[in-house]
Amino acid sequence: MSLTQRLSGGTADYLDQRTGIGAAVKNFARKIFPDHWSFLLGEVALYSFVVLLISGVFLTMFFVPSMNETVYQGSFATMHGVTMSEAFKSTLDLSFEVRGGLLMRQIHHWAAVLFMAAIVTHMFRVFFTGAFRKPREINWVVGSVLLTLGLLAGFSGYSLPDDVLSGNGLRIADGVARSIPIIGSYASYLLFGGQFPGHALIPRLFTVHVLLIPGLILALVGLHLLLVVLHKHTQYPGPGRTDRNVVGFPLFPVYVAKAGGFFFIVFAVIALLAATFTINPIWSFGPYDPSPVAAGAQPDWYMLFLEGGLRLTPGWTEFVLGGFTWSFNILIPGVIVPGVLFTTLAIYPFIESWVTGDKREHHVLDRPRNAPVRTGIGVALLVSFLVLALAGSNDIIATNFHLSINDITMFFRLFIFLGPILGFWITKRLCLGLQRRDRELVLHGHETGRILRFADGEYVEVHKVLSEDERWLRVQHESRRPLQIAPETDSRGVVRRGYRKDRFRQRVSQFFYQDRIEPITPAELAAAHPDASQDVHGAMRGAGNTQVGADVPMIEPEVPMIEPAERRP
Amino acid sequence: MNAADSSKDLTVRADGGQQPARFENPGVPEHRERLADADPAAAKRAERQVAALFALSTVGTIGFLLAYFLAPPGQSVASIRTSNLLLGLGLTFGLLGIGLGAVHWAKTLMSDHERIEERHPQRSSAADRAGAIAVLKEGAADSGVGVGRRGLLKGALIGAVALLPLSIAVPLIGNIGGDWNTNKFRHTVWRAGRRLARDPSGTAIKASDVTIGSVFHVIPDGLESEAHPLDEKAKAVVLLIRLDPRDLNETPEKKSWSYDGIVAYSKICTHVGCPVALYEQQTHHLLCPCHQSTFDVANGAKVIFGPARRPLPQLPITVDSEGYLVAQSDFHEPIGPSYWERLK
Amino acid sequence: MKARAARRYHRFAPVALLLGALLAVGAGYAALTGGPAAAAAPTADDIAAGSQLFRANCATCHGPSASGSRNAPSLIGVGAAAVDFQVGTGRMPMHANGPQAPAKPVQFDQQQISQLAAYVASLGAGPAVPTAEQVDAALGNPANGMALFRTNCAMCHNAVGGGGALSQGKYAPALWQTTPSHIFEAMLTGPQSMPVFSNANLSDQEKRDVIAYLVAQREGSPGGADLGSLGPVSEGLWVWVVGLGLLIGAAVWVGAKSS
Repeated sequence: MSLTQRLSGGTADYLDQRTGIGAAVKNFARKIFPDHWSFLLGEVALYSFVVLLISGVFLTMFFVPSMNETVYQGSFATMHGVTMSEAFKSTLDLSFEVRGGLLMRQIHHWAAVLFMAAIVTHMFRVFFTGAFRKPREINWVVGSVLLTLGLLAGFSGYSLPDDVLSGNGLRIADGVARSIPIIGSYASYLLFGGQFPGHALIPRLFTVHVLLIPGLILALVGLHLLLVVLHKHTQYPGPGRTDRNVVGFPLFPVYVAKAGGFFFIVFAVIALLAATFTINPIWSFGPYDPSPVAAGAQPDWYMLFLEGGLRLTPGWTEFVLGGFTWSFNILIPGVIVPGVLFTTLAIYPFIESWVTGDKREHHVLDRPRNAPVRTGIGVALLVSFLVLALAGSNDIIATNFHLSINDITMFFRLFIFLGPILGFWITKRLCLGLQRRDRELVLHGHETGRILRFADGEYVEVHKVLSEDERWLRVQHESRRPLQIAPETDSRGVVRRGYRKDRFRQRVSQFFYQDRIEPITPAELAAAHPDASQDVHGAMRGAGNTQVGADVPMIEPEVPMIEPAERRP
Repeated sequence: MNAADSSKDLTVRADGGQQPARFENPGVPEHRERLADADPAAAKRAERQVAALFALSTVGTIGFLLAYFLAPPGQSVASIRTSNLLLGLGLTFGLLGIGLGAVHWAKTLMSDHERIEERHPQRSSAADRAGAIAVLKEGAADSGVGVGRRGLLKGALIGAVALLPLSIAVPLIGNIGGDWNTNKFRHTVWRAGRRLARDPSGTAIKASDVTIGSVFHVIPDGLESEAHPLDEKAKAVVLLIRLDPRDLNETPEKKSWSYDGIVAYSKICTHVGCPVALYEQQTHHLLCPCHQSTFDVANGAKVIFGPARRPLPQLPITVDSEGYLVAQSDFHEPIGPSYWERLK
Repeated sequence: MKARAARRYHRFAPVALLLGALLAVGAGYAALTGGPAAAAAPTADDIAAGSQLFRANCATCHGPSASGSRNAPSLIGVGAAAVDFQVGTGRMPMHANGPQAPAKPVQFDQQQISQLAAYVASLGAGPAVPTAEQVDAALGNPANGMALFRTNCAMCHNAVGGGGALSQGKYAPALWQTTPSHIFEAMLTGPQSMPVFSNANLSDQEKRDVIAYLVAQREGSPGGADLGSLGPVSEGLWVWVVGLGLLIGAAVWVGAKSS
């Protein structure tokens, strides 16, 4: 035995005698994970978080979370002699005096914006493929909480240097807190320990940002990953994949190498961004003071949905009633709209299981086109976030594209309603169209572009039959039907209890599944091509009506289907 | 061409026999060999590539260390930028080499035969469930409490446990808000006779300094001597603008609040509190850069666009005996964003 | 011979010769070097030339006597500084009437601009074109300049002078290419929507500090390329397009089958 073998054997024996770890190794070392690039999006988020922890620890060694005043005497010319808080000064020193300090700060901030982008992308991948269905509803909720915690971590983090840009963001947060009915002014005092800006804020944000939120995120990420292991990862539909198996590669060595290597790639991309592009140049903003503000006053991108809402909601929505001020111009964009959007996202798995009545486990993912209303809802949500983000950047858009911010604001006031509706409708129609195309493809095969001419002058195009694997991808899905409910009245004409609720449920289910396309069945395929061995005039018989949505399949256009006489070498 | 695209013949029964209701799963496709599987030279080449990538990482890390010791950030912007770039590129290659090497190894050399693992339903087996219920029942039976008194104990326990966190929550919440005196929202440090001073230099402003078309950013004179200067500044900052008196439309009760066409308005936006700093000289509009609330200075700073609801509060001003601008009193309403009890 | 030479020799002849020589040298110098420097005092010729230029290019909007019209304000009292700024940055003559006068290619050479400025200055006392010393960034304090800039200027021009939006399509332009002289004149005269920062608001020294700050921004950012200095919006766009784009590309590579 070589030295390495002896050492590793000895260590394994030592651990096993004390922990019984052999069983876990046996069960998990060769666990199978399916392979698809879109499964790596969650990993981008996870690895960005690890990078945040590593760079964050570095930063805490030099950052001073205090609002006490001091004077900068360091090397940066435009800050020389300026009075500022200790927090701001320590950030400047970290950037200019500590070797590699600026790199670490920029790694930390780029990793943070990447973390949120990866979470959103990963979440929408899970949404569009229906990976949140049973048994993964809990994991979806855990993920939604992680999204919210990520937002809070980012907001608290970029506010720590106590600069003018983030300080104005905190002022806005104070204004939003104040607008809450009844308790608003007390909420403001609670956050700031008294009047704004006070002296307590930065130390409090530091505790939140460095201890509370990372602790919660770590715990929930652990739970998130544990559930993935317990449930085994989902897989895309394909030949050999069923709801009862996982097809893929083992954890050791393939995914240890691939996923482990991917961590270094993610870190490398973050490091490259930090080496070459400035992010959050606080030396340009200056230390926080309630008087100055700069053009281009935006929060980090993941908070833009709040910022855009605040810019769009017109002032007449605030009114005085009973002597009290009801600030709906702030409550709507700050509390109500985000509340609705995030809650819809968080409870979506339960909405869908309610409309389908489906209690089975699902491990094979949906192709988004096979769930048109779900995909449409997802696009509508994305469009609303995008419109709000663009509205929040309206002054940047105005200066760079020579437009008027007033016009942009008015446009988005309309489009925040119109956009999601249009997005939903267009997406749903696109999905149904793609499903129809799949049916066509299965029935008639690929167009080869080869034209055959017969003696009697007829021209037909040769189509190539789909392979079994290609066909399986397009016929394996189940087309959901609207819920059936028990009849309204019983045999004696008495309306049964709970009918109204069931009827409502059925209506929602119809909204989801009324417009349906069924996958091709063997019978349909056979009907389309009854005599495969016959001559090439085997035109399809079979007719039906053109109704979509009932149990009747689509009419097939009369395209001749020819078996390829020979295969290309 | 591509082996994966091979068309298998359809077996279509021409006799109209029974078809299965749905297509059947064709099963996992055959394994396709990679170059490195088939050709040992290709495998060796792949190994060399992996080794080279790991070596790239080493070079990167050495480069990082060299940059750390030999190219530290200096006084100039360019030297800081160079240091950042060199350290960052060293780190990038140090990481990239390992990452690309590991993934390339997995893709080209590690076995890529797909394997199949069975899934089992998440729910535990019927036997396990029955066993779980049995042990819970056993434990309940061991709990030593008769059926009659279970409700009392349960209620008492819940009551005690629910109440206990108050010992932590009450002092935390109680102390976290400072003096909780929200009445401070209603007042600023402006008083009768307090001079208006330039922000940030603090020098007092004479009426003759303010020309038509100019805007002054104003703080109360002697702000630095307040107990909490920034807290007071956050409420007291003011904009001073001079208009041609013919352009100024004032309500009768506020006519005395301006001086010779010079008006003073709170700089804190009535929307959510950003400084309303942009003054457009030609239109007499004040624009807040945060959410684009626009106020018309010639008409009492009323809102003409944007999400704000209320006009900016006006500071009544006049001049003292030496010609310096002074406040006549505090603002006549709380400045800044609205809150529930603002008008009470 | 002696008698004729004696009659030609007038006692003021040396004086006349000297004056003639001076004139010849001066004319030769002026001919060879082009227009006079901005600080040179305007002559009556300059004002006359400026008046002609004014009538040809400016009077249609500003009125034949520069007292203004419905389309343009009066220029009496705006001073040489205003003309040097507006015409020197190409803002004037305007292509179309409106509240925003965008900078365009300059239509006149420096001599003509000085002549126009001299003419307008002659109509009424107003701010003069600054001297080189008044706008020398090396003599200013950039730290004080930043403190002044962020209170008085950053809300329109952005924290480093990258430009920003005003209402109804107007904007405060980016200052990267603006000369120190034009920066000074803009502060002093308050062009278009920009407020006037007279010497009672920002002293000459403070204006020079602001110029020093803006010039220092042209060294770029210590953190790397600055993505336009537009703030978190461009950073967010960058991380989605470049950051996530690169990583999705890498993920596709990781997940793809090797050849």
